[in-house]
Amino acid sequence: MAEAVQIRNLVKRFDSPDSPGQSVFAVRNASLEVAPGELVTLLGPSGCGKTTLLRMIAGFEEPTSGDILFGDRRMNDVAPNRRDAAMVFQSYAIFPHLSVYENVVFGLRLKKMPADEIQKRAERVMAITGLTHMANRSPNQLSGGQQQRVALARAIIMEPRVLLFDEPLSNLDAKLRDQMRVEIRELQQRLGITTLYVTHDQIEAMSISDRIVVMNGGVIEQIGTPREIYARPATRFVAEFIGKANFLKAIVLDGETIDVGGVKVRYVNQRQPGEQLTLVLRPEAIALSPDAGDFRATVKRAMFLGNIAEYLLEIEGVGEWLVDSPNPGESGLFQPGTRIYASPSKAALHAVE
Amino acid sequence: MLATARSQIRVLARDPILLALIAIIFAAILLFVVYPLIMVFIASLQDRGQWTLANYALIGERRLYRNALWNSLSVGALVGLIGVLIGYVAAFVLTRLNVPGKRLLHYLMIVPIISPPFVSAVSIVFLFGNNGLVTRQLLGLQDFSIYGFHGVVWSQIFTFAPIAYLSLRGVLASISPTLEDAALNIGASRWQVFWKVTFPLSLPGVASAFLVVFIESMADFGNPLVLAGAAFPMLAPQAYLEITGSFNLARGAMLSVILLLPSITAFAIQRYWIAKRQYVTVTGKPTASTSKVVSTPVKALLYASVLLFALIVLTFYAVIFIGAFTKVWGFDYTLTLDHFFYVFNVGLDTVKDTLIIALITTPVSGIFGMLVAFLVVRRVFPGRSALEFGSILSFAVPGTVVGIGYVLAFNQPPLLLTGTLTILVLCFVFRYVPVGIQSGIAVLRQIDPAIEEAAQNLGASALTTFRKVTLPLIAPAFFSALVYAFVRAMTAISAAIFLVSANWNLMTVQILNQVGSGRLGVAAAFSVVVIALVLVAVIIINAIVTRMTRHMTMVKF
Repeated sequence: MAEAVQIRNLVKRFDSPDSPGQSVFAVRNASLEVAPGELVTLLGPSGCGKTTLLRMIAGFEEPTSGDILFGDRRMNDVAPNRRDAAMVFQSYAIFPHLSVYENVVFGLRLKKMPADEIQKRAERVMAITGLTHMANRSPNQLSGGQQQRVALARAIIMEPRVLLFDEPLSNLDAKLRDQMRVEIRELQQRLGITTLYVTHDQIEAMSISDRIVVMNGGVIEQIGTPREIYARPATRFVAEFIGKANFLKAIVLDGETIDVGGVKVRYVNQRQPGEQLTLVLRPEAIALSPDAGDFRATVKRAMFLGNIAEYLLEIEGVGEWLVDSPNPGESGLFQPGTRIYASPSKAALHAVE
Repeated sequence: MLATARSQIRVLARDPILLALIAIIFAAILLFVVYPLIMVFIASLQDRGQWTLANYALIGERRLYRNALWNSLSVGALVGLIGVLIGYVAAFVLTRLNVPGKRLLHYLMIVPIISPPFVSAVSIVFLFGNNGLVTRQLLGLQDFSIYGFHGVVWSQIFTFAPIAYLSLRGVLASISPTLEDAALNIGASRWQVFWKVTFPLSLPGVASAFLVVFIESMADFGNPLVLAGAAFPMLAPQAYLEITGSFNLARGAMLSVILLLPSITAFAIQRYWIAKRQYVTVTGKPTASTSKVVSTPVKALLYASVLLFALIVLTFYAVIFIGAFTKVWGFDYTLTLDHFFYVFNVGLDTVKDTLIIALITTPVSGIFGMLVAFLVVRRVFPGRSALEFGSILSFAVPGTVVGIGYVLAFNQPPLLLTGTLTILVLCFVFRYVPVGIQSGIAVLRQIDPAIEEAAQNLGASALTTFRKVTLPLIAPAFFSALVYAFVRAMTAISAAIFLVSANWNLMTVQILNQVGSGRLGVAAAFSVVVIALVLVAVIIINAIVTRMTRHMTMVKF
């Protein structure tokens, strides 16, 4: 049942609404392979082309060029109602004139499946999604989270080849979002359906994905596991979009050392001496000390956030760094104006393009 | 462009039924909307098979035609002005002021829209005609004549002011009273607030209402035929007389082209120029707060004028009702059921014909309208805007022109339809579907397209989606399309009068014939039957649509 999804050199060009004759690329030359049963998120800021890409897979948008394959079958010319790629919509798109049960079994009834089989599947799916006791309710009597479950149940009851999510949690409040995120991931793993999931929320993407596809301006910037994307971002954009990042300008001295603002830092590399580098340094990979360390720094701003303290430091000869320091409750806060030392964790340095 | 069209067709071809449907709709609109119009143009440019402009030259040469044109234009303009004034006052009072009986007044304002087009004309004859109750019996006037310019204008005002009222009501209701509050708050006087804020905001709506009333007045056939009289020629009845009286198709066609031009111009201005200038501020919040712009005496004055208008409408209907039970109006006021016996004996076939035609027209027109709205809003295909334009074009075409066009277009094989039920149904469907299409489009634009995509995503074809999801969701528009189609089919006259035959006749035509032969009582009885049938139908349609969409009442969009 689970099926691989392949996207090859997919392009979507729109005619520009502002200047006729000109065109805008929503998706440029995107290629991606999703393994059977894998959950892949398409992550990026609004307007990056992630939803367009998903809608092309669902069949609601026509690719300008390139191929979409489910398994080894090319889907480009298959109508959306024959793709067997159930989608959970951002607005849920629940049929307001049908009851919860009628919504859930809508697709199976269209397939003319026998009534007892429909009944059986519906009972199972509604139990999984916690909708059993509200089968006869009208959708507008449901809360946002319950509507979300109806949309989910309606999609998974189809036992589709591919499951598509278009920002499914963006209309829920923060607590419910965390809970639904976990439920969706568990359900997806239990059912083993190949899943594509669009979101602009990096935490959501990090927490549920097998792999993440980071998109920007219609281009896929990087594909990787959450760990890879965070620890070894391919581009400056990825580093900034996933988590917080400091960027360090450095010059290569030799195969093991680089120069950052006059300070020698150990960084194993295969580059030519004299070459310029940009390095990513995550705020939590910087240790602070009142008496000793690699870089001399002055505290410009200090915020107590409970689990961490967030500092803005002026590093002498380098610039400003963001630093997240754990357990501030125990050690107390460095006050603005204090002169301290900052030492990057050497393993956390990573060069980007 | 061509590449886009090709790829759009390729997408559609995945749903062959949909593609076929679009092709059929295109063909139908070409055949039943555009082709008859072309035939009218051709006929107007020919004389015994020769191409000529001689017919048009007659406008300059013959006083009768010149007068008809001038009369129609001046009546249209005047009725437009007065109708908009009344409509504006009524809309303002009933949407913005806190006065008693708003609901009842609203219904009284709109009854003329759902009644036969010449109820007011017949009432005016009853009251002010040669044997009129007011003019003869009460005032004893001997040489007063209501026929001519003022008769037509009066009658049309009461027929068409409600249309202006309805459209201005929408405009005024969408202007948030907080704008007026804001202007008052920064020191404007009430007078200034109205002229500097409220009125300018509603101005595009006023212009639009004027043009709609102008179009309706130009196209009106019933009122002029009853009240214009021989000394006051107007275009629509004149075109009819040329064809049925002198069998001169070319001149009738020429007059109807002349009639068409101002209507189409007004329609184009209304649709492509004014419609873009509407300042509609839809916030989703109901504007329940009332205007503080009006001082108490002004409020009383405005309210009184609306009451007066409603009272006159009520009087007109009472007169028709009493007239239907009166032996010989003007001479013998004994009560009688004779006129109804006549209607249900001699006229029974006509009643049946009218009902059959209306009952076929209504569902066909309703579903066709929703389908076109669905395609125009939700599907991309080459010629989409042409389809939308073609399908609402007939709204701007006066019925007389349509009637003549159908006679010209469908009077020979293979499309020999004249004299049949089919031609009447086709004429009504294509003439009255634009209102359904427009309201369908308006409702559909407010519904999240994802709901229909979800249906498709779950395996529904385009037609299944339409049937199972779209149609129930646009039930309000569907309802109004059904009601409108039924009401129009029951009350149409201007196009239908060319298409009725011995086999298929209509009550409205009967009413006109009875008025023509002086049997006002029978005309009134027919009118009462039409109004009763329309009311019953509205109630039944309402019940059906409510049942069909029982969940809808609980759903908010």
